[in-house]
Amino acid sequence: MMSTTTDERWLLPEGIAEVLPAQARQIEALRRVLLDLYDRWGYDLVMPPFIEYMESLLVGTGHDLALQTFTLTDQLTGRLMGVRADMTPQVARIDAHMLRRESPTRLCYIGTVLHTRPDGFAGSRSPLQVGVELYGNASIESDLEVLRLLVETLKVSGIEQLYIDLGHVEIFRCLVQQAGLNQAQEEQFFDALQRKAKPELQALVTKWKLTKEMADMLTALADLHGGHDILSQARECFATADKTVLAALEQLVTIADRIQEEIPSLKLHFDLGELRGYNYHTGVVFAAYLPGQGQAIALGGRYDHIGEVFGRARPATGFSTDLKQLMQLGRFCLPAPVTAVFAPESNDAELHKKVIALREQGKRVICGLPGQKQTATDMGCDERLVNRNGQWQVEAV
Amino acid sequence: MTTGLTIALSKGRIYKETLPLLAHAGIVPKDDPETSRKLILDTNLDDVKLVIIRATDVPTYVQYGAADIGVAGKDVLMEHGGEGLYEPVDLQIAKCRLMTAGPVNAVHDESKRLIIATKFVNCARRYYAEQGKQVEIIKLYGSMELAPLVGLADRIVDLVDTGNTLKANGLEPMEHIADISSRLVVNKAAMKMKHERIKAFMVEIEQAVKERNA
Repeated sequence: MMSTTTDERWLLPEGIAEVLPAQARQIEALRRVLLDLYDRWGYDLVMPPFIEYMESLLVGTGHDLALQTFTLTDQLTGRLMGVRADMTPQVARIDAHMLRRESPTRLCYIGTVLHTRPDGFAGSRSPLQVGVELYGNASIESDLEVLRLLVETLKVSGIEQLYIDLGHVEIFRCLVQQAGLNQAQEEQFFDALQRKAKPELQALVTKWKLTKEMADMLTALADLHGGHDILSQARECFATADKTVLAALEQLVTIADRIQEEIPSLKLHFDLGELRGYNYHTGVVFAAYLPGQGQAIALGGRYDHIGEVFGRARPATGFSTDLKQLMQLGRFCLPAPVTAVFAPESNDAELHKKVIALREQGKRVICGLPGQKQTATDMGCDERLVNRNGQWQVEAV
Repeated sequence: MTTGLTIALSKGRIYKETLPLLAHAGIVPKDDPETSRKLILDTNLDDVKLVIIRATDVPTYVQYGAADIGVAGKDVLMEHGGEGLYEPVDLQIAKCRLMTAGPVNAVHDESKRLIIATKFVNCARRYYAEQGKQVEIIKLYGSMELAPLVGLADRIVDLVDTGNTLKANGLEPMEHIADISSRLVVNKAAMKMKHERIKAFMVEIEQAVKERNA
């Protein structure tokens, strides 16, 4: 067993942080602003459990999430339980299994998730995940709504100079089908494409003896990233591809053109080889980037099959991000600085009444305690209650 | 790094062989890392900097965006895991092979586990697993050739260029694991946010590689 010296006993596990008052106040304020925003857009808040059985927790999500999940054994049943590493599948289950509505369903959520490994550089293992999901509609109108709400979320968090990266996983999936790759081949190609390792991609298609036409279309995926012009390049490139590939491409073009028209200042980037979350994504995928940040700050996209395991496939699209990170990156500021009234220690019933009245007005009142030597200023108060001729009055410090 | 380009390079062979490629892309450093103690080198372009770091640190710098672009050996990338960054161009420089090696004419008792000394712990584990062999791996930071000589290990996994060091120590190359050359690596976020500049840079570099090998 590793011994802990007294000096190290206060150390927290790597990637686990506590939030101190000043920052906690900011995070809570932003949390309220975001939940109010989602409420105005018609998204209902749900609170999935912090821990549940692995079978339901990991449904339809693939290997990556399993690796990210802390597990423990339930002493009551002997079954394996996991602490949620991502709330999205939980929310999908709530929609598919618990709510069972026919209508489009809009849900939002916020909560701490736990990761076995930090995601990014000096990354947190306990992000405060916040996100929205829209179920029951497969049209690009719902993708657009979610995308708009993502931009709005980042805007109210004080994040400017945003870049949105757009992709569509069906383009790759349909090309793989058209080329007739088996699963092992698909995985190999996927692995190299994730890294845009063009020499490796070329070697693979040569080894598999694909037709030149097919090989060119597949390897082009590593090059088809950049500004809007790559979309027309893609049209030429995939001219002989299956209709499904072109349909996916047209979806992407429409979404891009619509969002650009609505928000002309938004910087769009396209990447047809972006396959993040390929295991469960089924349509358009998007990510938000910020200059100076080496990694994406929010992720989202369409995933239509996740509810199937619960007996009900529902079209689904959504995004999520880490509220603690938004707080650090954005310029979100509380509307008013902390102000407080100091009430000196006293048995006077009149003082007590005055304190209650002030609190009812929404004032923050801090009461002095017996033996306390610290003054109003020491306690962070800018006003104090003073007895003037038997009357308790608020005066500036 | 928000507007310019930061390029991560390691000293020595990779630096020397990358310079002509950078020159083709119009980038010339103002200092020489062999004589200067500076870790950040200015170039003829105001907004392009070179950072000089250890070869094994290049993927980390690039993955987390401390540098936009880097040059890293395929050996380093294979050991790092390679996810989290793009490696679009094979620069075909600093070529060598990742191999297993052992004492000349060594006979191994099949009933015992092989002990492998290497700094490529992940590559070695993966390679032997693919061969269906359970091995013990000892991580070393250098002078791998010594390990079999003093009985620390049965085999080593290391980069082999001419094979002279192996020969001088009574070892011979055995199995070929991978051909190694240096790759241009790019931070994912930089590729998306500075795509015009980085794509143009990549085109120049690809062209330089082609001309060099023509």
